[in-house]
Amino acid sequence: MNWRAVAAIYRFEMTRFFRTLFQSFISPVISTSLYFVVFGAAIGSRIDTVEGVDYGAFIVPGLIMLSVMTQSLSNGAFGIYFPKFVGTIYELLSAPVNFLEIVMGYVGAAATKALFIGVVILGTASLFVDLTIQHPLAMLLFLVLTCLSFALFGFIIGIWAKNFEQLQLVPLLVVTPLVFLGGSFYSVSMLPPVWQTITMFNPVLYLISGFRWAFFGMADVPVGVSLLAIAGFFCLCLGIIWWIFRTGWRIRS
Amino acid sequence: MTMVEISGVKKRYEGGFEALRGVDLMIKEGEILALLGPNGAGKTTLISAVCGITLPTEGTIRVGGHDVVTDYRAARDLIGLVPQEINLEPFEKVINTVRFTRGLFGKARNDALIEDVLRKLSLWDKRDSAVKELSGGMKRRVLIAKALAHEPRVLFLDEPTAGVDVELRRDMWEVVAELKRQGVTIILTTHYIEEAEAIADRVGVINRGQILLVEEKDALMARLGQKELRIDLSDPLDAVPPSLEEFDLTLTEDRQRLVYTYHSGAERTGIGRLMAAVASAGLKVRDVSTAQNSLEDIFVGLVAEQEEEDAA
Repeated sequence: MNWRAVAAIYRFEMTRFFRTLFQSFISPVISTSLYFVVFGAAIGSRIDTVEGVDYGAFIVPGLIMLSVMTQSLSNGAFGIYFPKFVGTIYELLSAPVNFLEIVMGYVGAAATKALFIGVVILGTASLFVDLTIQHPLAMLLFLVLTCLSFALFGFIIGIWAKNFEQLQLVPLLVVTPLVFLGGSFYSVSMLPPVWQTITMFNPVLYLISGFRWAFFGMADVPVGVSLLAIAGFFCLCLGIIWWIFRTGWRIRS
Repeated sequence: MTMVEISGVKKRYEGGFEALRGVDLMIKEGEILALLGPNGAGKTTLISAVCGITLPTEGTIRVGGHDVVTDYRAARDLIGLVPQEINLEPFEKVINTVRFTRGLFGKARNDALIEDVLRKLSLWDKRDSAVKELSGGMKRRVLIAKALAHEPRVLFLDEPTAGVDVELRRDMWEVVAELKRQGVTIILTTHYIEEAEAIADRVGVINRGQILLVEEKDALMARLGQKELRIDLSDPLDAVPPSLEEFDLTLTEDRQRLVYTYHSGAERTGIGRLMAAVASAGLKVRDVSTAQNSLEDIFVGLVAEQEEEDAA
């Protein structure tokens, strides 16, 4: 294992993050505050509680997941797309590193950034609502696994994308709708029966549900299923990346 | 010892274009090989195949005895690459991008070495500048610094002086000379013949994905040093007069020109004696001219030969 290479990639990616630390910090704070104003104050005043949880608190896990998923996805995608775009990918291809080391460096950094943003949102949210986390370790596990698997998914998109439009396409057209329709801001039980069934096919539902369970001990689907779903997604992404590096698809001519 | 061993390497792209058509090339440890060829000859593809950027369709490549595909870690450990395009992360500081390369190659942090490399390339003062603030020539220096940051034993320079100012060219040749003293093997591609002449030990000519010739530069230069003195006569001759026999002259078909071959580097070219002998033989001279064989001529000749072969 070339650990120094992993560390070099990780450090290089994190410097980019620290260069723009202020933006990285301020934008989630502002957007979270806006969500609380809109959902918490305007809608929350009409919905008191969801299954016994105050609506303001109820949306926190979904809010964190929404940002963490989109952030790890776009960071993971951009991290590997940028070297392709500016041409520095030649260095990765000609260095004594294997796919796992490259992935660990880039995905590790992308996940760290998303994790940081998740924590910032959690902190901001706790200023608006009273939050008690029933299963803190499980919460952390779900958060970290989500960051990692979505950063991996982003990495695949970054390799697949041939231009900036494609880079934006999947997050915009696929992930954002799935997150919104995956019970970020409501419980599935609040939907009509037909939509409840349809929602069960949304993979994001399992992640948000498991994450919410860690906060309040209540979930739309059993927590074990949630954990399996995220572990499965993680392995699937890793498998695809392994195949990409084995065949050199879109990276090695 | 052979440092780089390329045998039977072919590269066929999807769509059928053959960038390399069976390349065999041995590069000795510590030598400087200049690979000359026109644009699109396959120089960059060949380098890319050695460095792991492109996978060859056929053939094997070994660096330091390690196969570049099956034993890529050991092979790539030895290789430094300065690409032709200026591929750099624009927002990063110079020193960070150079350190990054060293880390990527699994080497422990070594600030003294990085400082030394940056100083030699006159980049030390710019170490904290973002890459995008640098001029084109400076960026090229950064690329060289990156390649040297992990102390390679084989260095590939892909058209390093294309569009580069005189100062950088001189600095770079100095760096190359020092690396050679340290025993580093250097392969450089260029389409400037003067560059090959100035620093190479051996010169290879590549065109259309094939190596046409690899020769010691000195041998090549000796061939290049040959000059011809052409003496055009007013009246045609039947044969070279016996008094001029010692000069080994040739008479052209139109019988109006005598050609004398000599070495321009020789102490005595014999031109003075020849001219005196021509005068005393009573020949009327209409004009005199000289012509030199250049690497360009050899190159053009080789390429033309290959094209004839391809057509046949």
